[in-house]
Amino acid sequence: MNERIITELVESFGKLFMVGLRVTIPLTLAAFSTGLFIALMVALAQIARVPVLRRLVRVYIWIIRCTPMIVQLFIVYFGLPTIGIKFNSFTSAWIVMSLSIGAYCSETVRAAIESVPVGQLEACYCDGLTFWQAMVHVIVPQALRTAFPPLSNSIIGLVKDTSLAYSVALVEILATAQRIAARTYDYFWLYLEAGLIYLIFCSILTVAQRKAEAALERRR
Amino acid sequence: MLRLQNVYKKFGDTMVLNNVSLDVNQGDVVAILGPSGSGKTTLLRCAGYLTKADSGTLTISDKQYDMKKISSKDLREYRRRVGFVFQNFNLYGNKTALGNVTLGLRVSQKMPKEEAEEIGKTLLERVGLGDRMDFYPSKLSGGQQQRVAIARALATNPEVVFFDEPTSALDPELTGEVLTVIKQLADEGRTMIVVTHEMEFARKVATRVVFMEEGEIVEENTAREFFENPQKERTKEFIHKSTTWASMTEEEQAALEAGADALPDVIRHDADF
Repeated sequence: MNERIITELVESFGKLFMVGLRVTIPLTLAAFSTGLFIALMVALAQIARVPVLRRLVRVYIWIIRCTPMIVQLFIVYFGLPTIGIKFNSFTSAWIVMSLSIGAYCSETVRAAIESVPVGQLEACYCDGLTFWQAMVHVIVPQALRTAFPPLSNSIIGLVKDTSLAYSVALVEILATAQRIAARTYDYFWLYLEAGLIYLIFCSILTVAQRKAEAALERRR
Repeated sequence: MLRLQNVYKKFGDTMVLNNVSLDVNQGDVVAILGPSGSGKTTLLRCAGYLTKADSGTLTISDKQYDMKKISSKDLREYRRRVGFVFQNFNLYGNKTALGNVTLGLRVSQKMPKEEAEEIGKTLLERVGLGDRMDFYPSKLSGGQQQRVAIARALATNPEVVFFDEPTSALDPELTGEVLTVIKQLADEGRTMIVVTHEMEFARKVATRVVFMEEGEIVEENTAREFFENPQKERTKEFIHKSTTWASMTEEEQAALEAGADALPDVIRHDADF
């Protein structure tokens, strides 16, 4: 490793990190929050036994879980334009990843909701609350606490999965590393650096998870 | 003031409540006794609309409701007029003691925070938990949790309070504090229906006792008459069995253990079940 490579890597580190902040992190946060919202709705639709919706929701989970994300990305980004629906790279990735998080996390959220003793729901009824009020004020907050560790897993997984958006021309960390390397032929060092950036982001999340769990523990 | 009429309930093929009717007057403390599976908890849950009865009517003061079907508006109104205390407390795990008491007031009745907390604090002080208001349920003992649950049930100042075996999930040491609170409420003239296994409590606190078995009311009387002068054979047997074991001689207890045949005459009839 000579001096030239070191200067280059220092320079590219800044670039990759900024791309992470500008593209990967926003995509992760956008997809995860949308996905979590979908997951909650899907879980509640199953628990509240909304008749038709419940069936639709099972079909949705089935399709998303049983097809590869990269295929879904290709369908949305390359496929949909042929029938006149066009999304840019970021939006395509956002849509696909939200749907994926929604499907996977709905099961986590559902199990967590069901882990809250049913007696608390009855107590809510006796307090005059409706099903939905009980969910908002009592059941879901406790369920999310239970679901917190597996959900943290999902968000860390999602940070890494955003690299799949490379395949639909999103200039994220991996694509940026590849572009720089294409000029200098230092593939080995640049891909190592790209991996390092993911490692840093995911480590921050891991520490944040530990801190947040300790904070949640104090509140019960 | 509270009247249940002709309540029926089946679980599958099992008749759990078979034409049960019950009248509760203002200031009554009704203890519902009976063996497990007699339908007493189901009756209470039906009265609290936690289980839908197959048929039956419920009258509270001036209002009459169908126990099988009720509009959500009627149900909200009814629930404000009754309180329910569960065997397992069922406190909200994500709320403090005070938050547990005030949630219904704030969410269901849209009461301003300060006003609800004022009520909550007064009630928690009344059940002796003035110093535990900011504690989460997991940091409270079973007895304390049940007292919070009682305060919560009283938040809307209900006309009737239902208790479903309020001390059954507690360590023996902790039942006293809960029963004391319930007795205080009785002394204040609060109308209550208590499903219980605590015979002594029923004897001392209840004004009336209802004895249920196999989905029917076997005997109903004032508490004094019920214990001192039970009318039905089955009631006598139940009272005898539930209260006499401790006062038996060691030989009698040994005999009971050995089997019904060896029992002395006094208690032989209790053992043939």
